[in-house]
Amino acid sequence: MSEATTPALPEPRADVIHDIGYRHYDGPRLGRSYATRSLFTLSLRGSFGLGRSVKSKILPMALLAVICLPALIIVAVSVYTKLSKYPETASYPHYLSIMQFVIAVFVAAQAPVALSRDLRFMTLPLYFSRPLTSRDYVQAKFGAMASAIFVLTGLPMLIMWIGSMLASMDFGYNLEHFAYGLVAAAFYSLLYAGIGLVISSVTPRRGFGVAAIIAVLLISEAIAGIIYAVLHVHGHASGAGWALVISPSSLVATTVDWLFGLSSRGDGPHVPSDLGGFVFLAEILVIAAASFWLLVRRYRKI
Amino acid sequence: MNITVARLTVRGLLGRRRGLLLLAVPALLLILSVVIRAAAGQDESTTVNILGTLALGTLVPLLGLIAGTGAIGPEIDDGSIIYLLAKPLPRWKIITTKLAVAIGCTVVFAAVPTYIAGVILFGNFENLALAYGVGALIAGVAYSSIFLLFGVITRHAVVVGLMYSLLWESIVGNFVSGAKTLSVQQWALSVARKIADPGVVSSSVHLPTAIPLLIVVTLGATAFAAVRLSRLTLASEE
Repeated sequence: MSEATTPALPEPRADVIHDIGYRHYDGPRLGRSYATRSLFTLSLRGSFGLGRSVKSKILPMALLAVICLPALIIVAVSVYTKLSKYPETASYPHYLSIMQFVIAVFVAAQAPVALSRDLRFMTLPLYFSRPLTSRDYVQAKFGAMASAIFVLTGLPMLIMWIGSMLASMDFGYNLEHFAYGLVAAAFYSLLYAGIGLVISSVTPRRGFGVAAIIAVLLISEAIAGIIYAVLHVHGHASGAGWALVISPSSLVATTVDWLFGLSSRGDGPHVPSDLGGFVFLAEILVIAAASFWLLVRRYRKI
Repeated sequence: MNITVARLTVRGLLGRRRGLLLLAVPALLLILSVVIRAAAGQDESTTVNILGTLALGTLVPLLGLIAGTGAIGPEIDDGSIIYLLAKPLPRWKIITTKLAVAIGCTVVFAAVPTYIAGVILFGNFENLALAYGVGALIAGVAYSSIFLLFGVITRHAVVVGLMYSLLWESIVGNFVSGAKTLSVQQWALSVARKIADPGVVSSSVHLPTAIPLLIVVTLGATAFAAVRLSRLTLASEE
């Protein structure tokens, strides 16, 4: 190019850059939000093993089956015996609190899949060399993990609701409790996704991430149970509920019970008072928000 | 036993800050014991509750899981196990060494703290602390060997182990009492029942059933892990 326009040069230079015909990209650039959406879809599909090998589908799909199967059985029995209403102990939000260990195992297994691999194989610099910012990355991953848990917890709710219509139960009552179930599912999603992602963002090793998440979830629950029992035995029944602040699963279960005035749990754990209910509700939201903030901070510098 | 392999395994398990993080688990148990002893005093049912559900029911399987799968899982995961397998060392020796390290881990981080927690909560009465300490030790050995086997067989060792200790031992065991016959926790409890004064600890398995099962499972899992390691295929990350 330059040779043609500068006749002053005595002879053609050897060090020219030849235009060998590569073409520039002139098409539309899809931008940050598109990249974030793509990452969200990829992560959401990835947490169920879709688009991955058969081996990585086994586990999430098995957990999905484990959480849906009892719901299907309950529906089948209810339809067959023509129940007018699901048994209280296993109706919508309570069903989730019974099955909470499946949610815990799912988070422990899949949250490290969402984050640890990017850390370990150094794919993060590749992501951040695109218009994607660290906040977008966290948004996509957090959104994907929370949606995955919501699918996991919402699906049995949906099965029970459809089942209630098949068994021609009271439509209004079931719609109402289906909504309660979805609120519980949303709380589980936010809280568990936050806890799981924060822990797995620290370690590039998947195995350690899984163990750490499940350790936190199980130990906190066991300790809360013991403190609750000790307080109960020693006559502090009203204060015993405060022990539940350290157990994520009872936190969601009792808050949903309080929020919608469900009391079928009888003598089981419940929020200590109305103040306790507000505190529990606030705690769930604060933990979710704080873990999002921690993740954004974590990925500001990689 | 091979000292070098043992040293590498210990470093893999406890190196960096992992040892400190692992130490938090028994520390929690001890702090909780001190607080409850101070607040609620000496109480048999509380002690049985804490040692049974928290120590033997949660901490021991968790530590067995972390130590058993952590002793070999990450190495298989990132493929660095081939450097170990390439050494002129019988494969079963690698397994026994790693098992010894894992067992040592559960003893230090689970069995001893369980005993100490028992002493803090209830003193030495009724042999309760000793019973649960020995129970935690035995459960730790069995869990370590089972979870080491899982670590060799599958990449999802931690989750598979969890499904066993959560789903089988707790959930299924609560509904189908026959499932408890095949539960490490119940075998350990039956040993604890023998040591403690009569009627304090309850277990749904009899000692003559539990002891042979414990021995068969521990030795069988170790032997099978050695066999599987001797023809291990390395897979890539899924």
